[in-house]
Amino acid sequence: MASAMQRSTKPAHRLRGNGLLLALGLALPAQAIAAGGASPAVAWWLWPLALFVACFLIGIVAVPAGIGGGTLFVPLIGGFFPFHLDFVRGAGLLVALASALAAAPVLLRSGLASLRLALPLALLASASSIVGALLGMALPAAAVQTALGLIVLGIVALMLGSKTSEFPQLDRPDRLSAALQMNGVFIDGASGRQVDWQVQRTPLGLVLFLMIGVLAGMFGIGAGWANVPALNLLMGAPLKVSAGTSGLVLSLVDSSAAWVYINRGAVLPMIAVPSIVGMMLGARIGARLLGVLKGSVIRKMVIALLLFAGLRALLKGTGLWP
Amino acid sequence: MAVTRPPIFDAGVPQSRAQRLYATWLDWGARLGLLALVLGFALYVFGVLNPHVPMEQLPGLWSQPAASYLKQTGTPTGWGWLALVHEGDLLNLVGVALLTGCSLPPLLGVAALYLRQRDWPMAAICTLIVAVIVLAASGVLTAGH
Repeated sequence: MASAMQRSTKPAHRLRGNGLLLALGLALPAQAIAAGGASPAVAWWLWPLALFVACFLIGIVAVPAGIGGGTLFVPLIGGFFPFHLDFVRGAGLLVALASALAAAPVLLRSGLASLRLALPLALLASASSIVGALLGMALPAAAVQTALGLIVLGIVALMLGSKTSEFPQLDRPDRLSAALQMNGVFIDGASGRQVDWQVQRTPLGLVLFLMIGVLAGMFGIGAGWANVPALNLLMGAPLKVSAGTSGLVLSLVDSSAAWVYINRGAVLPMIAVPSIVGMMLGARIGARLLGVLKGSVIRKMVIALLLFAGLRALLKGTGLWP
Repeated sequence: MAVTRPPIFDAGVPQSRAQRLYATWLDWGARLGLLALVLGFALYVFGVLNPHVPMEQLPGLWSQPAASYLKQTGTPTGWGWLALVHEGDLLNLVGVALLTGCSLPPLLGVAALYLRQRDWPMAAICTLIVAVIVLAASGVLTAGH
């Protein structure tokens, strides 16, 4: 018992340290902005470096919190760095895409992501993500920032209020999912037992993914926060399959939306590459800490961060805190 | 109700042939994309290749909308960057393009597999997703801006 407590105390210290570092990572840019933003007094290379550090820390907390890095990236970087929201959203989509691509092959091989479940949903979501990206690029930045703030606050409400179901019990699949064989089987690592699963309410799920695609494209935030509840609570897929399949859907949705940003010149390598590399390195450490950290503590910390970032985006968009 | 299960392979780990093929091709495509991205960035940031936009000018540009950045720097839209791929910053778009396009080969691979299995709906869905990504990548939807 005592050794277990010791084990759990160390990561808790580490977690508090990470939180502090993340706050420092964001405080540096905020101070520089207050001191004159992109003034020549601030060496240009400090920005990509601070971005790399911030993304590394976001990557560490994003994985154990069960939230895509892109969801934290856009409101935090958009709120506290001097980059225009166009470039932040372009980089945000690539960050979410790179994370999804890194995880998808492993999840597919283990059966925790299902190709047959993902592909029909990804078809509609990827088409609508193009519409979302075009809308996002056409709207004034202040309007997108305000809407982003509202969406992020909505995600906070969803994280606080939503329930999940580890293994939803379904009587029978709907006709569409049965026709497309949207079902499968996986070995649950925790219990070691084989789990058969199927889904229901597929037509409603398709409509929901159409809307999720628009949001993912418009804000560049990935959409794992919406995919997982839709797959788990609405369609009745097991929680682990929902999380795994969500990543596979994201890899296709973000690919489509990212091209809109690339073609419009909204992907700036000096912003995108340090973000991707920092987030992926951080996520590797986050994945290692997954087993030892207390998920609920990290979740609370991420909710607080999102609340702060959402309010910042809202106030920046409305001009109350430029 | 009887549920059609995907075939099971590899010592009890369930995965269909399509799923395994998709995973393998995606894995290699993503690795290639990331490698190109990191190499391209190293050549750019260490000054091996001259950039299209000098790095010290970036702080004055990255706070402006993308359209304004393009206008001031003369950076081309769409696939115009391919002609300037010898410039450090634009070389990075090769890695970005590989990452955003790496789902296409596995999608085409499993579409062919589904066709052989006479699974017409899934083959059609794969082909349609390829069409959507290719349409987005073509720049047709963003032309004229």
